[in-house]
Amino acid sequence: MLAIVDYGVGNLFSLTCSLRAIGIEAAVTGDERVLARADRIILPGVGAFGDAAEALRASGLDRTVCREAALGKPLLGICLGMQLLFDYGAEYGRHDGLGLIPGSVQPIRPVVPRSYKVPHMGWNALRFPRDRPVSPLFRYIKEGDWVYFVHSYAGTDCEEHTIATAEYGPRLTAAVARDSVYGVQFHPEKSGAVGLRILKAFCEL
Amino acid sequence: MITKRIIPCLDVRDGRVVKGINFQGLADVSSPVELAKFYSGCGADELVFYDITASAEGRALFTDILREAASSVFIPLTVGGGINTVDDFDRVLKCGADKVSVNSGAIRDPSLIPQAAKRYGDQCVVLSVDARRVDGQFRVFAKGGREDTGMDTIEWIRSGVKNGAGEIVLNSIDTDGVKGGFDLEMLQAVCDVVDVPVIASGGAGCIEDFVTLFRTLPKVDAGLAASIFHFGEVKIPELKRALAENGIPARL
Repeated sequence: MLAIVDYGVGNLFSLTCSLRAIGIEAAVTGDERVLARADRIILPGVGAFGDAAEALRASGLDRTVCREAALGKPLLGICLGMQLLFDYGAEYGRHDGLGLIPGSVQPIRPVVPRSYKVPHMGWNALRFPRDRPVSPLFRYIKEGDWVYFVHSYAGTDCEEHTIATAEYGPRLTAAVARDSVYGVQFHPEKSGAVGLRILKAFCEL
Repeated sequence: MITKRIIPCLDVRDGRVVKGINFQGLADVSSPVELAKFYSGCGADELVFYDITASAEGRALFTDILREAASSVFIPLTVGGGINTVDDFDRVLKCGADKVSVNSGAIRDPSLIPQAAKRYGDQCVVLSVDARRVDGQFRVFAKGGREDTGMDTIEWIRSGVKNGAGEIVLNSIDTDGVKGGFDLEMLQAVCDVVDVPVIASGGAGCIEDFVTLFRTLPKVDAGLAASIFHFGEVKIPELKRALAENGIPARL
């Protein structure tokens, strides 16, 4: 069973629909017993880093998510859910994340060219790092496939765990992985057939 | 590099897709859900569902259709029409909308934009503006283009972005339905004053109009159209290929 962490942040309608489209009936839950029983977990999220991190901590589910990840259960953070995997975020002050991926989440405005708009919103192509094998998360897609992004902050100092980037002036972190913990900055549930294939690969990990 | 976006717009009334010429003389085209699936399958980058229903029953039917479309189409969906309060945002976001576009509702109550932006984030709030030339000025029109508000389009958009609108749809009534190309002059004036994405609407008649749009105005992020897509006058895969051949980034 796949569980989506419900900690009151974000709209889970599209995500559950996209999973249903690949034959997965997800449990949307804030119950730590259900998360413990699940064989894989998705951590969603939209909004500001600090608010979401606080909501996750207030629900007590931060510990549950970290515990299940430590047991080797596949975990996928999406968008802000991916950013929460990092050590900390620098959106409106410094806020601790889950510390599952080393690095921090920083604003992209200072690093992208002045003429580029922020948020980085729209369809961008995934680039895979040259120096390592393609992540199993991308086994059903190819380099250059398009996915849909909406974000103003991105994971930094995480080269070792980066499994995909997207070029927007510099290369922005598009996906990370460490052991069974995965994070994607883009929205697979809004990235058409490519996104569904990424979700399918996660469900087979 | 992000791609330029091609966005078919589905005007929905009483559960059916319609498209007016200069906002009058609506003609039935097809089922919204079927059309959404078709567009997603042939490479549309995003869809706009515009609710032009007046009645409460029609509104309930619209949210049913939105929910059904969002269950089967996995690209970004923007919803507009009849968005007057933050509760309206809530209603359509729960049914699978990713962005919500405000038009007359924000003219009546400009505080709608900052309220919604605070709750859902700037990226969720799209300011849609119907504008036409009056006395040498780009004037904002309300109520589906029927009512001159007397407001200046550039000022209205500038203040909308300042208050939290994360994207602008500029629909030129002067070029809408004429199929003679987008209103480049009006779009240029808007691009000069905002740094959020600008979606061009109104006037596209052929593939070349989109090529001209993105070549002339590189700051425009997306082109929106309705009937030329619905009636197959412009086929999205051919349009995308033409953009790519002209060096314009497109998702193929």
